[in-house]
Order: sequence, then structure tokens, then C-alpha cells
Amino acid sequence: MSTLVPAATGTGGVNGVALSVLIVLFLLVTVMGFWATKWRQADSMESLDEWGLGGRRFGTWVTWFLLGGDLYTAYTFVAVPAAMFALGSVSGFFAVPYTIVLYPIIFIFMARLWSVSHRHGYVTPADFVKGRYGSRSLSVAVSVTGILATMPYIALQLVGIQAVLEVAGVGGSSLLAKDLPLFIAFALLAAYTYSSGLRAPAVIAFVKDALIYLVIIVAVIYLPSKVGGWDHVFSAAEAKMAKPSAANPAKPTGAYIPNAQQYWAYATLAFGSALALFMYPHSITATLSSSSRNTIRRNAAILPAYSFVLGLLALLGWVAIAAGTKPIGLDGKPNAQLVIPQLFEDMFPSWFAGVAFAAVAIGALVPAAIMSIAAANTFTRNIYRDLIKPDATHAQEAKVGKLVSLLVKAFALIFVLTLDKQNAINFQLLGGIWILQTFPAIVAGLYTRWFHRWALLAGWAVGMLYGTITAYKVINPATKGHFGGSLDMIPVIGKMGYIGMTAFVINLVIAAILTVLFNALKVDSGKDETIRGDYFADADDPRVEKNVSMDAHLTTGTP
Amino acid sequence: MSADTDVDHDTVPPANKGLLAVAAVLLALPMIALLWVSSYSRKDPELWGFPFFIWYQFLWVFLCSAMTYAAYRLVLKARPHRPMPGHPDHRSREENVR
Repeated sequence: MSTLVPAATGTGGVNGVALSVLIVLFLLVTVMGFWATKWRQADSMESLDEWGLGGRRFGTWVTWFLLGGDLYTAYTFVAVPAAMFALGSVSGFFAVPYTIVLYPIIFIFMARLWSVSHRHGYVTPADFVKGRYGSRSLSVAVSVTGILATMPYIALQLVGIQAVLEVAGVGGSSLLAKDLPLFIAFALLAAYTYSSGLRAPAVIAFVKDALIYLVIIVAVIYLPSKVGGWDHVFSAAEAKMAKPSAANPAKPTGAYIPNAQQYWAYATLAFGSALALFMYPHSITATLSSSSRNTIRRNAAILPAYSFVLGLLALLGWVAIAAGTKPIGLDGKPNAQLVIPQLFEDMFPSWFAGVAFAAVAIGALVPAAIMSIAAANTFTRNIYRDLIKPDATHAQEAKVGKLVSLLVKAFALIFVLTLDKQNAINFQLLGGIWILQTFPAIVAGLYTRWFHRWALLAGWAVGMLYGTITAYKVINPATKGHFGGSLDMIPVIGKMGYIGMTAFVINLVIAAILTVLFNALKVDSGKDETIRGDYFADADDPRVEKNVSMDAHLTTGTP
Repeated sequence: MSADTDVDHDTVPPANKGLLAVAAVLLALPMIALLWVSSYSRKDPELWGFPFFIWYQFLWVFLCSAMTYAAYRLVLKARPHRPMPGHPDHRSREENVR
């Protein structure tokens, strides 16, 4: 307390009313999370299918909420508006085309993945890869990548919760006081995820979406008029982006509208993120928990409602510019990640600021829960059962899954505590660079067995190495730290672009060249357990014989 | 034995290729439009104070949604579900034949 900084405007001090509302709503959600175990209850939660896929019986609307739960997160509420506020449209608004082109993309291949997973009882993308290519190495590569890439994405959610708590005035400048609220929130999340599995986030998603829509509607109607209308918002943003940058005065602060040098960056960020999103274990989990092949396609037509909301939220970053919001942390330093909670606190009555804080915090918790469950599913099935203990019982699998979901959260916490939080959107882009490297094995595999399994593995390895090294070399102009951004020069084209996309193209080219080589050398291409008809199966088509005895447990939940 | 127990399920179920092609075009349009950044990175014409760059992308939320839904209807029509052995329809048909 002795190190207290002279109170920075607004942030200093606890906002009692807002904090109380936040805590009440938060407790309400926690109670609902525990209650969720009873919802549409199965005989037993002691199987991975029940704990991790909610028994595969979610219809269009529950799936819609679940997908929304993991698509629209602290990324939407905190990271994207913060990027818009600090650096402008190329760094932030690309999220809008990203979440639009996403739906045609998933429309195209997700129904196939659902069908083949239904026929063969696959729960993770790595299950599919193993069945399709008969290659355990490729399946382990896919699952390790999934778990690794999920961690920075969960870390981004933690940054979101921390931002809310910091603006609400929880914490202090000492090391313990600063991080304690974060640990409390995570202990709660961990506890109810542990007992309810995927059911907890599905129930909470309803509350979360209701809160989010309430806050958004109020925010986009009320805030722009309060700061002088959209005209003023856009002119203030244009003026700020044109000013010389603080880190490098030779350059402007950011982009108001992308210029000719930035087209590639904007397009590759949008397209790369869209290709990447449905490779994450959690997105695939949400998809596979739907009840029929076409649920996901119907969803692809109604999900864009979320994209519209995302665009409006992104623009709140520019509303904050017009409002003159000063996001200053408890340590007295400016932190762009605080901009949206700070805007809410400055502009809303305290009680509504509390509601808005709750929306952001719960909006970060739900996806964090879904992500950690999915990463745990992947570990259990594709590493624990395939490599460590092949004869594990279902109860053992469910137990390992629960423990790993805790472990993944702990690793995410380490990301938050060690990496630079100033540009949190970069956490998600970093995850995207990695997860995108599993795209050729998974999606190409849904259509063709032309690619050779070892060629795909080699392509993946080179893509991972190139992506990681290139991203490591990007230096943050403000902090001089590594992993400072996700853009780099695209070879051949000579423009800046998303590193993930470049790595993805290199990955594909290597996989194609080596496929030709390995086929010429007649290297064993592995056994494919799927047939063409499997990719078109629907809910009433039975599972393939070999799995029947095992899956009887999974679908009925009997031990 | 009904005819469809003889179906080789290691084949792609038959489909109306024309309808599938239309659906493919509907799905490709939003991607092409939005990745072609130079076609919309402009400030004018403004709409209710929003620069073209912003409102044009918002417009595509609705266009994309409509096109995806249209593609959904087309795809359902283009490739009727082919029941696999063990499917309830499949079984009842087998019993009828018997």
C-alpha cells in the first residue's frame, strides 16, 4: 500500500456498486454451473462422452449458444476493441471479415467431419486423423498442437477477466494483491467445470448471451450519442490514427482504413483466422456435440448474428477514442486492454457498469471452460489412451480428462503471468499460427486420401517451426519483447501478411511434394478405416461395427 | 433383398451436380468479396456517418447469412440422404420386402 500511485483518474479506488453487482451475478452463474450437472441428466457422468460432449444430443439452439460461447469471448469484448483503440482497423477490424467468411468455410467441411465422427465414434480431430491415415504419429502431432494452441487462447480469456477486475478496483500494486482475484475466479471456474463438464458452459452460455446482448444494445445505442454521434466517433478515430506513433514517430499510430500496403495483411489475418478457428479442439467439440449432420449447417446460416455484434463491439474501441477514455492500470501505466471496462465505468451508472463487467467476465469464463475441456478430451483420448494406458476404463479416462483440464488452465495462467498483455489479440493470433498447421491433415483428409501420412507430418513440422521462429523474431516496438506481433513479410509477394497463412502455404507445398516422392518410393501409406459413404452419414445411421461394444457404454452412460 | 442393400457404401452418394455448383458459388461469393480488400477500403460513400469500409462489411454479414442459408437448402435438395445398413428406414424397407 505504501507504493500507491497518485490516483489515476477513474481507475483508482474500488467502485463499490459495480463490484457488488459483478460479484452477485458471478455467484449466480456459479450456482447455475453446479446445477447444470442435473440438466438433461445421463445415468452417469463417468464417461468422456457424457462429461465432454454432453452425450451428443444438443440441437440447433443449444449448439448455437455453445458455438457462440466459444467464438465470442474476451477476444471480442476486450482484445479486438483494444486493438481498434490502440492500432486501428488492420489490427482489429479484420475480425469482422474473419467471422463472416468463417461460416461458408465451416459449412463446407464440418458436415463431413460430423458424419465420419458419428460413424466411427470420433471425439477429437486427432481421432479422425488416426482412423483416416492409420498414423499414430500424425494423430499425436495434431493433438499436441491442439493443446498447445489452446493455451494462449485461454490466456486471452484470463486477460479479459483481469481487465474487468482491475478497472472495478480489485487488487493493488503488490504482487499478491494484483493476481489474487484472478486466482479466485479461476478456482471457481475450475471447480464447476470439474464437476459438470460441458453441461456447465452450455447452461451458462444462455446467461452469458442474455447479458452480452443487453450490454451491447445499451452500449451501441447510448454510448455513441453520449460522445457526440457516430460522425464524431469516426472523425476522432481518423485523427488519432493519423498522428505519429508514440513508439516510432516516423510512422502513424495506426490504420483508419487499410492502405494499399496493408491489403494483404488485412485479408490474410481474416482468412487465416477463419481457417484456424474450427481446427481448435474446443470448436470441434462444440460441433460434434450437435445432434445431427445438418445442425451445424443450419447454424452456419444463423451464426453471423454474432458477427454483427462483434463489429459493433470492435467499434466501441473507436467510441472510446471519441470519449477520451484513459485506460490506466493499477500500476499507473497505460494499458489498452482496459479500454472497454474503463469506457463502461466512465459512461454508465455504477450498477450498469457492474452488469457490463459481469458480461465481460462471464463471457471470458464460458469459453475458457469449453477450451480446457476440449484440450483435456484430446489429451485423454489421443495421448493417455493411445500412448500411456491403452486399457484404461471409461471412469479412468473421465478422471484423467478432469485433471488435465485443470492442468491446461494452470499453463494458461503461466502465459498470462509471463507474456506481454498489452496486445492480447496477439495471443489468439499466436495460437492460430500453430493450430492452422493441422488444417491440411484434417480438412484435406475429409475429402481425399491423396496426401501421404508422412508428407503431412513433415509439412506440419516445417509449418510449426517456420511459424514459431518467425513469430518469435517479431519484436514489440514498445516493450522490445519477442512474440510482439503476428505479421511478417510474405516471401515472393513481398507484402506484410499473417505468419500463420505463410506457414500454412509452406506446409501444404511440402506435403504435396513429399506425397509425390513417398508414393514414387512406395512408402506404406497406412490403413484407412473409413469408407466414402461415412462422410455423408446422418444421426440414424448406425456406428461402424468395430466400435459398437465400446460405444454402447458411451451413448448409454452405463459403466 | 431390396435394391439398396446392394449399394456399395464405399462410394459418394449420388447428387445433383448443378445444384451443388450453385451452392458452391453462393458460398464462394462472400469469401471473394471480403478478401478483395481493395474493392472496399474507401471512406466514401458514407452511410449514416459510417465510412464505406465499415458499413460495406456489415452489409456482408446479412448477405453471407442469406447466401449460406440458400446454400443449405440447395445442398439438402441436391443430395438426398442415402441410408446406410442398419438405418431405421433401411430396416423397415428390408422387412417390407420380406
